[in-house]
Amino acid sequence: METAEAQKVIIEGLEKKKGKSKFYLKDFYAMLPDWKPREVNKLVNNMVQQEMLEYWSSGSTTLYGIKGAGKQGAAEEGEE
Amino acid sequence: MKHKTPLLDQLESGPWPSFVSDIKREAESRTKNAKGVDYQIPVDVCDDILGVLELTYVHKRTHWKHGGIVGVFGYGGGVIGRYCDQPEMFPGVAHFHTMRVNQPGGKYYSTEYLEKICDLWERRGSGITNMHGSTGDIILLGTHTPQLEEIFYELTHDIGQDLGGSGSNLRTPSDCLGKSRCEYACYDTQALCFDLTNEYQDYLHRPAFPYKFKFKFDGCPNCCVASIARADMSFIGTWKDDIRIDQKAVAAYVGGEIKPNAGAHSGRDWGAFDIQKEVIGLCPTGCMAWDGKKLTIDNPECTRCMHCINVMPRALKIGKETGISILVGAKAPILDGAQMGSLLIPFISAEPPYTEIKELIEKIWDYWMEEGKNRERLGELIKRKGFQKLLEATELEPVAQMVKEPRTNPYIFWKEDEVEGGFTRDIQEYRKYHLR
Ligand code: HEM
Ligand code: HEM
Ligand code: SF4
Ligand code: SF4
Repeated sequence: METAEAQKVIIEGLEKKKGKSKFYLKDFYAMLPDWKPREVNKLVNNMVQQEMLEYWSSGSTTLYGIKGAGKQGAAEEGEE
Repeated sequence: MKHKTPLLDQLESGPWPSFVSDIKREAESRTKNAKGVDYQIPVDVCDDILGVLELTYVHKRTHWKHGGIVGVFGYGGGVIGRYCDQPEMFPGVAHFHTMRVNQPGGKYYSTEYLEKICDLWERRGSGITNMHGSTGDIILLGTHTPQLEEIFYELTHDIGQDLGGSGSNLRTPSDCLGKSRCEYACYDTQALCFDLTNEYQDYLHRPAFPYKFKFKFDGCPNCCVASIARADMSFIGTWKDDIRIDQKAVAAYVGGEIKPNAGAHSGRDWGAFDIQKEVIGLCPTGCMAWDGKKLTIDNPECTRCMHCINVMPRALKIGKETGISILVGAKAPILDGAQMGSLLIPFISAEPPYTEIKELIEKIWDYWMEEGKNRERLGELIKRKGFQKLLEATELEPVAQMVKEPRTNPYIFWKEDEVEGGFTRDIQEYRKYHLR
């Protein structure tokens, strides 16, 4: 699968998930079953660089979400 | 003080140095501003941290939210975002983000460097620091969002300093001062720490794993950075050959001419040094003997615990054939209980470019990235799947040193390729010896 196509799979996959805006790296493995974990990791980190996705972290664990979607900065989950 | 803090004040009455007193001192110094610092975040940030902590004690609930920003542009780590949920009452700490700064190897500083870091943090942050927390980093506590990029720019451009790891990243690798000062060092901890820090920059600055991952480097089993208790991969110096004994110096310890423990623990009169009681009798494997004239060590039985060397450093020295033992899976008790590291590699040489070590690291990462659950540390994965699965993933043969205790499970499960002829037997051959 081409990078652009894989990026589309990820964005569409995330948009489909209702009620949740932040995802673990592992959630993306399932969207790209033919890719190795490390390749998926490179792909999503790259999508953050390109500002398609953004990181969110508790401090000890890091999650990913669509840039600007869901819980931002100081909000709690479910708030705008 | 801006806020009344009777509950915090009470903490200051204890016998220990108090963080409350420290923060009060910084609050006063900021208010006075004798040096004319051009503060970039509210001057009363330290007052407000005390205020919000006091309120927490009154309400018995936290006034912090958890999580958010993770880095500056291009980085997915090094910044831990924290926001106060009473920003009107405590505007100084409306944001209170922590920055992790990658500490220099062996934690050597010049006063000039420390002054620069502290000046930067007074100007653009709270002024409160926490040197070498459980991670090893320099922790800069408390700044506001618009300052993050500015601080990063000054750190990298003016101080030659990078951020460290946080979140699901490789955490800032941390080492003991090793060969730079310590005669016990069995390998160059700073060289290996520096090499791996550079090799794995991408993993340090961007998340890659199910959870955090820590490397720590101890030059010898004294474990001054406690790698065995808190690193997912602990690199502990060791030796293969014999402990070197200087019999004359042993006699000098026995005769009281040299102080045991290099003079440490001398605050009380413990009486004359007793080699039998204090060294031979405390050797955990009972492999030492003293006949009144000569000290002998049955080296194959020695576990390299360092005790005898620590007590008589002028008489006993580590061996000459030195390298590293690698242990895996130590962790603090967040999800599951605390765990110490398990021995994976009894001995590996520690010569640059460390190719064998890097191959091992990457095999472990591949396994953990594939099989680890969200927020599962390597040690928990090993426990869940069994040590044998890790051996398969790292392509290592089991050896006796890996065995911690006798097996309690009597079953042995063979794989087909481990059994001669596989699992299908030749029934004709079988019937030659066994009737129907
Ligand atoms: C009664 C109050 C407090 C107690 C008992 C306490 C205790 C601790 C302890 C035991 C640790 C772990 C130390 C280590 O292993 O490195 C720690 C770490 C830490 N503390 Fe506190 N602390 C208190 C107040 C504060 C305050 C007021 C702040 C912020 C201004 C703070 C910020 C931190 C941070 C950021 C760390 C983590 C350091 C790292 O990442 O290694 N603590 N604290
Ligand atoms: C109800 C209050 C809080 C709880 C229950 C909590 C819990 C935790 C836990 C479980 C961790 C992970 C520790 C680990 O895996 O090593 C952590 C990490 C951390 N927390 Fe908190 N925390 C709280 C409040 C705060 C506050 C108020 C701050 C700072 C203003 C803070 C700063 C940090 C930092 C800097 C880390 C280290 C992140 C890292 O490992 O990279 N926490 N906290
Ligand atoms: S761990 Fe060993 S080598 Fe490193 S500083 Fe401590 S005693 Fe020295
Ligand atoms: S290092 Fe420890 S185990 Fe080895 S001889 Fe000395 S006391 Fe005994």
